[in-house]
Amino acid sequence: MAEVSVRGVTKRFGEMTALDDVSLDFVNGGFFALLGPSGSGKTTLLRVIAGFLFPDAGEVRIAGQPVERVPVEKREIGMMFQSYALFPNLSVAENVGFGLRTRKVPRAEERRRVGEALELVQLEGLGERKPKALSGGQRQRVALARAIVTNPKVLLLDEPLSALDKSLRVDMQIELKRIQREVGITTIFVTHDQEEALTLADRIGILREGRLVQAGPPREVYNAPVDAFTARFLGEANILPDILPEGARVALPSGMRAAAVRPEALRLTAEQPEDTDNILPGRLVQRVFAGSMATCVVDVAGVTWKVIDRDRDLPQLSDDAAVWLSWDTADTLPIAPG
Amino acid sequence: MNALRIAGLIWLGLVLVFLYAPILVMAAMSFNASPFYQLPFDFSTRWYEDLASNTAIRTAATRSVLIALAVTVIATALGTSAALALFRYDFPGKRILQVLLFPPIAIPWLITGTAMLIFFFAIGVGRGTPAVLIGHVALALPYVIVVVNARLVSFDRTLEEAARALGANPWTVTRRVTLPWIAPGVVAGALFAFAVSFDQFVVSYFLAKPGDSTLPVLIYTSIRKGFTPEINAVSTLIIVGSMALMLVVARFFSFGGHR
Repeated sequence: MAEVSVRGVTKRFGEMTALDDVSLDFVNGGFFALLGPSGSGKTTLLRVIAGFLFPDAGEVRIAGQPVERVPVEKREIGMMFQSYALFPNLSVAENVGFGLRTRKVPRAEERRRVGEALELVQLEGLGERKPKALSGGQRQRVALARAIVTNPKVLLLDEPLSALDKSLRVDMQIELKRIQREVGITTIFVTHDQEEALTLADRIGILREGRLVQAGPPREVYNAPVDAFTARFLGEANILPDILPEGARVALPSGMRAAAVRPEALRLTAEQPEDTDNILPGRLVQRVFAGSMATCVVDVAGVTWKVIDRDRDLPQLSDDAAVWLSWDTADTLPIAPG
Repeated sequence: MNALRIAGLIWLGLVLVFLYAPILVMAAMSFNASPFYQLPFDFSTRWYEDLASNTAIRTAATRSVLIALAVTVIATALGTSAALALFRYDFPGKRILQVLLFPPIAIPWLITGTAMLIFFFAIGVGRGTPAVLIGHVALALPYVIVVVNARLVSFDRTLEEAARALGANPWTVTRRVTLPWIAPGVVAGALFAFAVSFDQFVVSYFLAKPGDSTLPVLIYTSIRKGFTPEINAVSTLIIVGSMALMLVVARFFSFGGHR
């Protein structure tokens, strides 16, 4: 059953249409990522689900109940903000207990549940501290504990990890996933970081200019993007040029008009490869070494292609050398032109 | 460099002398037995004893304090609400309202006082303590709004959103999240309101009935009749009181924003 359901939601700000007829179901216990560039409407959609914004048209249901005119404070949601929004005048325990206090939970139960929540995020013993005495990662854990301690029907995360530096961010991704599994709460999180979306979510929805472009499990969206935008946005994609250069051989499945290939599906060789359905000639522009992996930038008839492979599998060639790209037809991604 | 440093110290000394010397002289004279400021200094608490038995001054002082306290409560409550409304909501005419806040601070009190006197007679309020109270609240309100607003500028609105997401209704949000943050601004605004009312001479002079003077008006009229060191005594008490208040408040709240 869908815990959260959005049907035909439209939201306008003056002349600007922030959300245009968006429909999405968020399954119970699922971890859903809303992904899109800035201005795509992903944050607006999250705020419509939270209740900070009321849609101009369409329906929002939480646990089966229509809520599109219910204010935030009555929606039983948990929300975590990009800035964490911890109350600076309250201690960690008071912050976490805030939502229990507003629900008139007895003090003894409040103490017990705050203790459990702090244990869940591994912050036992820090209840008396003020937020400003915590590190960025600790603040984030407090914000998470505060959002889930009330047992909300849905947990909404607005760019939850973007304020952390990279190494801490990866730790927190693992941690967030663990906690979400442990609590089993339906989670919707907004991010512009595609890698984060692929790592964390069991379903992702991609938005562009206020419209839902594609939704599905990460592997499905990655392997079968509906259009060039999605293919490029979710990981990198090389788009096949309209006019193929001389010497190219491409086996497009019937009916396919445009196609893309992921950088990691490509092979790069100095000699023209035999027995393969898809080959493209090009010129090596640059080779970027990144530890175990390397990226080669190749010019194919004026279009830039990228090849990612293990460094030792790539031939050592000087810049401007003539090279050949090849791939298996199974790795050709069909896309709608766009 | 050295000459500059000496010049700077002299400058600082002059500023302090001209600020505090008159006050110190007045305080000293309030303890001098001679009513004509004669030296040598002869320590006496005579003027304070006279003050204790001077009902006119005591009544005026009590009235001034009560009016100032009432003005503080009313202007702080109204001003804080107004600042919150201006901060939170967009409504037609908001900018005009914000602009209209500043002229009352800039217009000379003499003119405001005259205008209020004419207006209060026109609408039938007339002179007296109600007129003084209304006038003082009107004068103090812009100060409170400006000071509270200055504190609100550094307030992170996401905190209010976070509180709402945690189930807090608008009143709880204000009480538990917004007010604790702006508290130093509210206290500073309240001090301004108290000072505007308690120090107020010009507007009170116009609006108070002759028998119902506030302390500044009474001090002025007594000086005109002839100077008595009792005025020094009451002024010294006021200075000690206001400095103590300032120190206590400054101890608990840091002014001017962040801790």
